[in-house]
Amino acid sequence: MTPSHGFDIRAEGLAREYAGAGRAVDGIDLHVASGEIYGFLGPNGAGKSTTVLMLTTLLPPTAGRAAIGDLDVVADAHAVRRIIGAALQEVALDPMLTAREHLHLQGALHGLRRAERVRRCDELLERVDLTSVAGRKVSTFSGGMKRRLDLALALVHRPSVLFLDEPTTGLDIRSRTALWDDVRSLARDDGVTVFLTTQYLEEADALADRVGIIDDGRIVAEGSPAALKAEIGAPSVEITPVRPEDAAGIGATLAPFGPSVAARDGGLSVRLAGGEAALADVVRALDANGYAIGHLSLEAPSLDDVFLAKTGRPLEAASDEADALETREQVAA
Amino acid sequence: MTTLQQFAWLTRRAVVRTLRQPAAAFPALLFPLILLAVVAAGLGSATDIPGFPADSYLQFALAGAFVQAAMVGGINSGADLAVDIESGLLDRLALTPLRRWALLLGQLSGAVTLALLAGVLYLAIGLLFGVEIAAGVGGVAVILALAVVSALAFAALSALLALRTGSSEAVHGAFPLTFLLLTFSSFYLPRTLIDVDWFKALATYNPVSYLIEGVRSLYIDGWDSQALALGFGLGAAIVAIGIACASAALKGRLAHR
Repeated sequence: MTPSHGFDIRAEGLAREYAGAGRAVDGIDLHVASGEIYGFLGPNGAGKSTTVLMLTTLLPPTAGRAAIGDLDVVADAHAVRRIIGAALQEVALDPMLTAREHLHLQGALHGLRRAERVRRCDELLERVDLTSVAGRKVSTFSGGMKRRLDLALALVHRPSVLFLDEPTTGLDIRSRTALWDDVRSLARDDGVTVFLTTQYLEEADALADRVGIIDDGRIVAEGSPAALKAEIGAPSVEITPVRPEDAAGIGATLAPFGPSVAARDGGLSVRLAGGEAALADVVRALDANGYAIGHLSLEAPSLDDVFLAKTGRPLEAASDEADALETREQVAA
Repeated sequence: MTTLQQFAWLTRRAVVRTLRQPAAAFPALLFPLILLAVVAAGLGSATDIPGFPADSYLQFALAGAFVQAAMVGGINSGADLAVDIESGLLDRLALTPLRRWALLLGQLSGAVTLALLAGVLYLAIGLLFGVEIAAGVGGVAVILALAVVSALAFAALSALLALRTGSSEAVHGAFPLTFLLLTFSSFYLPRTLIDVDWFKALATYNPVSYLIEGVRSLYIDGWDSQALALGFGLGAAIVAIGIACASAALKGRLAHR
């Protein structure tokens, strides 16, 4: 693939308001450097997809501006569309067409001539590992195969900037890591700028050069995953009691060591204000009170801790809240 | 890539999509035949009414089958467009340098394909049951042309509905309307023989009457310039208005969701 060159993403005060529903995106500022992988992390309903729709010219902002390179996403929408590729949240495929037919159609609409189109389709089918099923109708594909084809379609015209809106939602671990490898290779080998939204902490952590955390339409933190986690500093200790009835007592024993943070089902977790050195004291205190411990682990700060520190709630709980709200709205409707 | 080439690619896609959905295409081909068989069996004595223009009721009612197939094919085509909106495929297409009218007309091609398939099938069945084409071989081509214009008209209106609602359910919900349009037209009786005033008025203001009468004139009367002018004229007007409104709706949908 020919290396792509030099398009960054900028946004200033970008906002989108829906009539009667308030601001889905509430004045965000962004700068994603050329060739960078930028992870846009947030719960459902935080404004990630609305931001992507605005940056890809599909939705006009109600305030602020955004540009890809020097091209404004509103005034230069047609030019922007030539240099960006996008795999949006829902895989946009025709179940009646084959993978090869999809790629040829997309290539033709982007103006690729026949010889180049054939070459490019073969190359992309190979890249996303769909060569052996290229002649099969998409209706017979698994979720992972559809996601990979969707990614290939976004790449047909060799875009310089790629938008991926929750590209691994619903994929198994194997398909997810394969897609991560593809995204890394696009940025590293081809110089493509990647703007990726996700609600998976590990995805942002593993893939992104920099992460922007969005909540309720606003960016609440931004930086490299390492820098964001370093801001949190202290590790947390998570303890699962052998006897569930000990939970309250263990909680009280842990309280002096630091603030409580989210834990797995049946577990308790506190951020160790005294750092790793406090772990021995924790164990001694639990032992002194006679609590039997089923599981104990020391966790380095995660992006979830960052999210918790910035928003006051864990990412998973925020997504659950958004899902519950959506369900209530659907029931009310 | 020229706009014409874009249109050709989208036409190809619409045709492939239509032909690969037999479950959707068969009803469009078969419903009109079933209705034709029922009315031909049940209303055969209508041919005894003085002034009835045909020797057999099947011959008289056959024209309605062409228009009904155009209606069902048109609705299917609009529903396909709504599915593209629901699945996000329209957004994907909008991210290419695609012209709006190429997208719209390409989308309508599925309905045209179905109308042509239905037209050939119904002509063959008509000939099998003794229907003669008074306008000759040229008349066959014009019958198919009017079937295509009818399909384009209903497909354009259906596309407008799809673009306004973004819902395939809403488009499918328009099916009962096609039966009403067919019922209150000159499908069952010539307008001159309808003696209930309100029914006659409805049939007179219903454009479907003129699409049916245009087709019917070609195999019963030969070349009837007035019937053809009304059929093609009204059909083309609906196509033009439908496409203009659908184009505006597409622009609005892509710009202001």
